[in-house]
Amino acid sequence: MAADTPTASRRRWGSTVAGVLVLGVMLFPLYWMLNTALQPESGLLQVDPVPGGLDLSGFSKALSDQGGHLLTSLLVSFGAVAICLAVSAPAAYGLARFGLRGSRTMVFGTLITQMVPGIVIANALYNSYVDLGLVNSYFGLMLADASLGIPFSIVLMRSFMVSIPGEVLEAAEIDGAGPVRVFLRVVLPMSRNSLITSGLFAFLFAWSDFMFALTLNTTDDVKPVTLGIYQYIGAHVGDWGSVMAASVLSAVPAAILLVLAQKYIAAGIAGGSVK
Amino acid sequence: MTTSTVTAPASAKTARKAAAPDPARRRLRRRLAQWGFVAPAVVFMLLFFGYPLVRNIVMSFQHYTPKTFFTGEAPFNGTDNWSSVFQDVLFGKALWHTLVFTAGSLLGQFCIGLALAVFFNRRFPLNGVLRSLILLPWLVPMVVSGIVWRRILDQDTGVLNTFLDTVGLGGQTPWLTSPDMALLSVILVNVWIGIPFNMVILYGGLQEIPKELYEASALDGASAWRTFRSVTLPLLKPVITVVLVLGFMSTVKILDLILALTDGGPADATQTLGTLTYQNSFVELDFGAGAVVGNVLIVISAVFAVFYLRANRTEGK
Repeated sequence: MAADTPTASRRRWGSTVAGVLVLGVMLFPLYWMLNTALQPESGLLQVDPVPGGLDLSGFSKALSDQGGHLLTSLLVSFGAVAICLAVSAPAAYGLARFGLRGSRTMVFGTLITQMVPGIVIANALYNSYVDLGLVNSYFGLMLADASLGIPFSIVLMRSFMVSIPGEVLEAAEIDGAGPVRVFLRVVLPMSRNSLITSGLFAFLFAWSDFMFALTLNTTDDVKPVTLGIYQYIGAHVGDWGSVMAASVLSAVPAAILLVLAQKYIAAGIAGGSVK
Repeated sequence: MTTSTVTAPASAKTARKAAAPDPARRRLRRRLAQWGFVAPAVVFMLLFFGYPLVRNIVMSFQHYTPKTFFTGEAPFNGTDNWSSVFQDVLFGKALWHTLVFTAGSLLGQFCIGLALAVFFNRRFPLNGVLRSLILLPWLVPMVVSGIVWRRILDQDTGVLNTFLDTVGLGGQTPWLTSPDMALLSVILVNVWIGIPFNMVILYGGLQEIPKELYEASALDGASAWRTFRSVTLPLLKPVITVVLVLGFMSTVKILDLILALTDGGPADATQTLGTLTYQNSFVELDFGAGAVVGNVLIVISAVFAVFYLRANRTEGK
C-alpha cells in the first residue's frame, strides 16, 4: 500500500473512470431535465443533446406560472418543519432520558407508523378535515406534512440525546434548573446537529409531498409546486420546456438548504449512529 | 397545546405548596412534567397514524357517495363495499401489479445498490465526491422525477428511443403507452429512484466490517467471490434486512410515481393498490371502497412486519 506501483495506480484511476460512468447514467435524468428546460422552443419535438444557447424563456414562463406555488411550498414546508421539531424534540428528549413507563413501546410505535401507507392516512384524514374545516387550508397541510417527518425526527434525535452525558444535565439540575429549562438551555444547544439534520429531512419530506397536497385540497387556494407541476403536464403537454424549468426550480430550495446545512448533517448523522 | 394542559396544573401547584415540601407530591409533579415532554408527540401520532387506521376500518363498512359531503350521511351498509371490491376484476389486477412492482423494484434496487456499495467500498481517487453526487436525485420530489422520466420515455420524441434508434436497437418502444410494457417501465424508473438509498445504507454497513477479516480471508487464499459470500454477506445481513424492510414499506404503497408516469394506465396496466385507493376515494368519491383497498394494503404491510419481527427475534437468540 505504501509504494503505489504504476499498475496499481492505473487500476485505481480505472475505478474512478468507471465511477464517473455510473454517475453519468444515474444523473442523466437530471441533466436531461435541465437540458430540456433550456430548449423551450423544442415543444413536442426532439430535444437536442446540448442546449444551443442560453434560452431562459422557459424559466421565466415557469416562474410566472409556478412562482406562487413555489412560495406556497416554502411556507407549508417551513410550517411543517416548525411543527415537526416542536413536537418531536421534547419527545425525543423524554424518551431518551426520563425512563418513563412505556418508553420502549412508544419508540416501537414510532417505528410502526412507517408501516401505515400515506394514502390510507389521507383517506381518513380527508373526512376529518372536511368536518374540521381544514381542507384547503395552509395549517391543515402543514400538520399533515409534519406527520411525514415526526417519526423519523424522534428516532434520530432520541439516538443523539441518549449520548448526552448525564453529568451535564445533573449539574444543571443541581443549579436549580427545572426540566423545561434544562431542555431549552442545555439539551437543545447540545443537540444542534441532530436538530438541524431532522429539520432538513422534515423539510425535504414536506417539500416533496405530493399525496397530501393532492388529496387534502379541492380548490386552487393552497397549491404546492409538486401539485402545480403535476397539473401543468395535464394542461401544457406541448410545453415541456416550461414544465422542465419548473421541475428544475422545484429542486433549488432543497439544494440551497442542503449546501447550507451540510456540515451539521454529517455530524448529526454520525453523532446519532454512535448509540 | 397538550404540553400546557399537562404542565399548567403542575406549575400552579408549585406556588401553592412552596411552603410545605411533600416528597410524594414533588415526585408526582416531576413525573407529570416529564410526561408533558412526550404527550404532544403521542397525541399527534395517535391522531395522524392511529386514528386513520381505525377510521379506515369503520369507513369500509359505510356507504359513501358524492352526496355524502353535502348531506353528511354515510349509512352503514354491512359488507357491501368488501364484496363489491373483491368482485371487481380491477382489484385482482391491482393486487398482482403491486406484488410484481414491489418484488421487481426491490430486486433491482437492492442488487444494483449492493453492487455500487461494494464498488465504492474500494479506495480510488474522487470516491467521496462521486458517492455524494449520486445522491443528487434526492433533491427532486418523486412526482417531479416521474414527470422527467415521462418525457425521457416518450415513444416518438423521448431521448431514450432516440438513443436506441441511433445505436441501431430499434427505438420505437412504447415504454409507457403499451399495456405490456408500462409496468416494466414503471419498475425500471422506481429502481432508478431507489438505488441511491440502497447504496448509501449498504455502503455504511460495509464500512463497519473490520478490515482484518478481509486480510485474513486473503491470507487463506479465498477468491473475491468466496470472500464476498463468506465474509461480506453474513456480516452485512442486519443492514440488508433493514434496507429490504424499509424498501418494502415505501414501495408497496407507491402512489406519486405511478400517477406522474402513467396515471395508472394504459388500460389499468399500472394500477396498484395505492392508485386504486386514490381512484376509488378521491376520483369516484366512493370512500368506502377506497377504505377497503386501503385496509388490504395495511394487512399486507402488517403481515410483512410480523415476518420481519419474527425473523429478527429468532436471529437475536
